[in-house]
Amino acid sequence: MVKNIIDWIDARIPMTATYNRHVGQYPTPKNFNFWYFFGSLALLVLVNQLLTGIWLTMNYVPTAEGAFASVEYIMRDVEYGWLLRYMHSTGASAFFVVIYLHMFRGLLYGSYQKPRELLWLFGMLIFLVLMAEAFMGYLLPWGQMSYWGAQVIISLFGAIPVIGDDLTLWIRGDYVISGATLNRFFALHVIALPLVLVVLVFLHLIALHEVGSNNPDGVEIKKNKDENGWPVDAIPFHPYYTVKDIMGVAGFLIVFCYVLFFMPEGGGYFLEKPNFEAANPMKTPEHIAPVWYFTPFYAILRAIPDKLLGVVGMGLSIAVLFILPWLDRCKVKSIRYRSVIHKINIAQFSVSFIVLGYLGVVPATPELTIVARIFTLTYFGFFVALWVYSKNEKTKPEPTRVTH
Amino acid sequence: MSNAPVDTGRRRFLTAATAVVGGAGAVAVAVPFIKSWNPSAKAKAAGAPVEVNISKVEPGQLIRVEWRGKPVWVVRRTEAVLNGLASLDGQLRDPASEEMQQPEYAQNAARSIKPEFFIAVGICTHLGCSPTYLPDSFGEQVEGVPSGFFCPCHGSKFDMAGRVFQGVPAPLNLVVPPHQYVDDNTVLIGVDTGAV
Repeated sequence: MVKNIIDWIDARIPMTATYNRHVGQYPTPKNFNFWYFFGSLALLVLVNQLLTGIWLTMNYVPTAEGAFASVEYIMRDVEYGWLLRYMHSTGASAFFVVIYLHMFRGLLYGSYQKPRELLWLFGMLIFLVLMAEAFMGYLLPWGQMSYWGAQVIISLFGAIPVIGDDLTLWIRGDYVISGATLNRFFALHVIALPLVLVVLVFLHLIALHEVGSNNPDGVEIKKNKDENGWPVDAIPFHPYYTVKDIMGVAGFLIVFCYVLFFMPEGGGYFLEKPNFEAANPMKTPEHIAPVWYFTPFYAILRAIPDKLLGVVGMGLSIAVLFILPWLDRCKVKSIRYRSVIHKINIAQFSVSFIVLGYLGVVPATPELTIVARIFTLTYFGFFVALWVYSKNEKTKPEPTRVTH
Repeated sequence: MSNAPVDTGRRRFLTAATAVVGGAGAVAVAVPFIKSWNPSAKAKAAGAPVEVNISKVEPGQLIRVEWRGKPVWVVRRTEAVLNGLASLDGQLRDPASEEMQQPEYAQNAARSIKPEFFIAVGICTHLGCSPTYLPDSFGEQVEGVPSGFFCPCHGSKFDMAGRVFQGVPAPLNLVVPPHQYVDDNTVLIGVDTGAV
């Protein structure tokens, strides 16, 4: 009976074939480690954001007059509204934690290298859309930090010569950030960007399954196939990695739920304190800091003592990641078989990123500005150095098969 | 099915012409979508000029009025403050107000129509925060300068004519909005008829 139904469907749409191609028979390298949890976790967080987001729109009022109060209404009067809202706001931070670790994995094991350049580009586009999504979402509660944070970010466009002022006016739809801005950000946040995001995630997965997953050894498992055409170092995604990923989900949920239930404001980093006060265009908060996941780039913006160059520097700090597959000219992918200088370079890049992230949170003082300038240089230095040494890098011999 | 030979030149022309017409159509359709993001008639109406009575402003006092949702400051400067302005020229980015951050009639040493009253949009030219007026304690920011404006966001500093100091993130002097005096005690912010 069940088989008949499946046969009937398969004759009309490639259901079983698609399942086998992407899950049931997808050849996955058998040496995945801890770092390979974060792709599936990102998918989990995306589902969480979509689901809780849809539920939040049922009670949220996207107007300058009603937004702040409606969020409080969700928090206090709607049954389980507090949980849905905190799942969404904590989920936003969790999304960036997971995505940053996922990107770092790519950096460690050279997962951006040929033939996975397009996979990396789709991933970077996802990251970009995610930042836009997070930025617009943060305006919606219409708190002080929502308002002034958006003011600062939209003003960045004003640095563009000639068209800057008209462009910011066009983005805001008013002479200041107002209900008009809130409404359009709401539309983009709940409809336009999620649609783009889902399409990009689809393309990211299709690109991944076309070229096949990289692995901690960075060797191509497709080079070594048995008589049936199955890579000898591969195991099917299901059941082996579905089970492994469930284990990752369990670990993730322990941490996520701890934050969700015991520190949903994340110590003022996930939901900033001034945001519990309604937006007031006449009063700037003492210290405006973006949410933690933007701070590394924000620190670069602040470090450069020129408005236009600061904006350009911040843009470049993200843009340069897009061309990473072409900056790294080494043929060996994994950090395991690359030179000491590469290991040091990745280490210093990680430190720079974290230090910049910290500097973007704290108020700027003359001393810290100097520190931010130094780490801005080392951040970009990573890419320059990589391009220079990767051409003739002294690598270790790669194994022919994966190790584990 | 005709067996006439294919005129590839004609086919290419027709394809190109169709693509161009289609492309023009797509561009035309984009116009309403892009234009709808401009300020609406309602937003423009709300941006109308504001009348301010300045007769009760004490020397040294700053009052805030709202124009187009932005804070506009009216500061009554003392003689001492006005006399001190010229001595700061060496520490400023644009002491002579060469950048058009003010209407022409305010392009002078005091950046105002009447030197006593300084009128400016209270929004930092760096990233749009509202600087704090420090009538007595500005000396902590710039030594020997008793009063000025300090932006708490990224530390930009402005003197009592809204001129930006060197070495801070803000690139430009504070904006002086278009304004005109209706009579001695009343100023209209947001409009000027050219004649002052």
